[in-house]
Amino acid sequence: MKKFQLQTVIKHVVCIILSIIVLAPLYMVLINSFKSKTESARMSLSLPTEWFFSNYAIVIEQGKLLQGFFNSFLYAGVSTSIAVLTCAMAAFVLCRKRTKLNKGLYFFILSGLFFPINYVTLVKILTTFGVANTRLGLIIAFTSSMIPFCVFVIRNFIITIPVEFDEAALIDGAGPVKLFFQIIVPLIKPVLITVFILEFMGVWSDFMTPLYLSGSSSMWPMNLAVYNFFGKMTSNWNYVFADIVLTCLPVILLYIVGQRYIVGGLTSGGVKE
Amino acid sequence: MNNKRTYPQWFLLIPLVLYVVFFLAPSLLGIAYSFTDWNARSIKGINFIGLENYIEVFTSNKDYTLGIFNTLRFALVSNVVKLIPALLLAVMLHENLKGKNVYRTIFYLPSILPFLIIGLVFTSILNFKTGLLNTALDFLHLDFLKQKWLTDLAVVWNSIFGVDAWRGIGYCMTIFLAGLNAIPKSYYEAASIDGANFFHKFFYITLPMLSSSIMINLVFGIAYGLKVFDIVYVLTNGGPGHATEVVTTYSYQLYANGKYGMSSALNTILFLVTAVIGVLVVKGMSKQEVQQ
Repeated sequence: MKKFQLQTVIKHVVCIILSIIVLAPLYMVLINSFKSKTESARMSLSLPTEWFFSNYAIVIEQGKLLQGFFNSFLYAGVSTSIAVLTCAMAAFVLCRKRTKLNKGLYFFILSGLFFPINYVTLVKILTTFGVANTRLGLIIAFTSSMIPFCVFVIRNFIITIPVEFDEAALIDGAGPVKLFFQIIVPLIKPVLITVFILEFMGVWSDFMTPLYLSGSSSMWPMNLAVYNFFGKMTSNWNYVFADIVLTCLPVILLYIVGQRYIVGGLTSGGVKE
Repeated sequence: MNNKRTYPQWFLLIPLVLYVVFFLAPSLLGIAYSFTDWNARSIKGINFIGLENYIEVFTSNKDYTLGIFNTLRFALVSNVVKLIPALLLAVMLHENLKGKNVYRTIFYLPSILPFLIIGLVFTSILNFKTGLLNTALDFLHLDFLKQKWLTDLAVVWNSIFGVDAWRGIGYCMTIFLAGLNAIPKSYYEAASIDGANFFHKFFYITLPMLSSSIMINLVFGIAYGLKVFDIVYVLTNGGPGHATEVVTTYSYQLYANGKYGMSSALNTILFLVTAVIGVLVVKGMSKQEVQQ
């Protein structure tokens, strides 16, 4: 019994130390975002001698954050919605109708999990379609890049749904569209939410795609705006930190709300059915 | 049941078209352009120059080969330093421990933050004079451990691996935890009856039963490692000198300088390396699928 307790204590000590390592940087960012310029330059963990809530107002105004927030939200929301919906439809057919062609197509799409995107030529292709340097172009690029992951995870989930559901719906006279939207979608809702959250956060965090593809600063998502702001304000860490807090807030909120789905999704995607 | 009508092929249309046109085609087109002198000034036309770009990659004094080597090194080392601690943590948090859900939530937190943000935060933390890390070492009377984390050639890679581990361990841990949940408890009970100790159980039950979680972690980890960009770009921008340059940072520089053909050549090399690894993995997966 004694040995058991000692083990528990050691585990807690390890976990607490690790928690501090994880949380200290985040706490430092938060607390220093309320300090004056000189005080924040020391980057200490102590409370501000005077609280500068105005840092946030300044950052929102000068850092083009509202524009950035709108852009990020637009890119993440639209491209993730399109990808999740269309990939669910595709995954459904790939999973239910396992012809030779469909099996081939599945692995063909799956191989995209590994390939790096060639942005140089992607710009050229977007130019050909007349959408280079537009928000639509960015949305198309984001949507396309998440297709392999969406198809992979959603298909792994649909496999666990018994075919009997389909048959029952067909006997009731449902067509494929009705079958998919009224029977299958409600059944696979958990995985759709998971993929939506993960990919939404993925687009929100994506730095490389907008770096290559957004021509003007009015198209910048939040994190590109932050990076640029950082370039201009290297000595004003209080502003940079306030900027960082505002950029992370949406994803942290999404994480808190959707935590259950994220962990569940990693389970369904991570473990073979 | 009429398969053709129930599961219409047109359901595949949109993802397939987007995938082929805006994901795969750029890569294939990139291969074609890597044999040309395409650049920002080639308004008149793009000329075929054979293997010249590739020859330059491997012979120029700009250390492109170091970039390739660094990329491979990152893909390998970053995974080792993430997966081993992640596995140990998962095993620890799988057993009954008060507050384990709180710990899990905290450990996963960094992996939801944008890479760029993590990079920015750590440029401040790793700052030699004012950074939190060196201040903390001072405070703990461990000053001898203080380093110029981002500018000293000898430690800069360790800093990058460290930041990447800070970000990624929680993610890998969560996947391991999912795998651990799927192992029936009876296996351990049976082993205990046979007198197995902790290490026996770990090596003969836990590890083999976790093979698919290990696989998933490795696959995503290696794919991520080969494509790494944000963290390196923000933390060191390839410096000091070109010491931490990776393929993607070189390729972005070349793009920014208008050398599209050269940039494509580097991308193509990365594409081929990941393609080889990807095909091997997908083949392995399809084999598993057949067995079921």
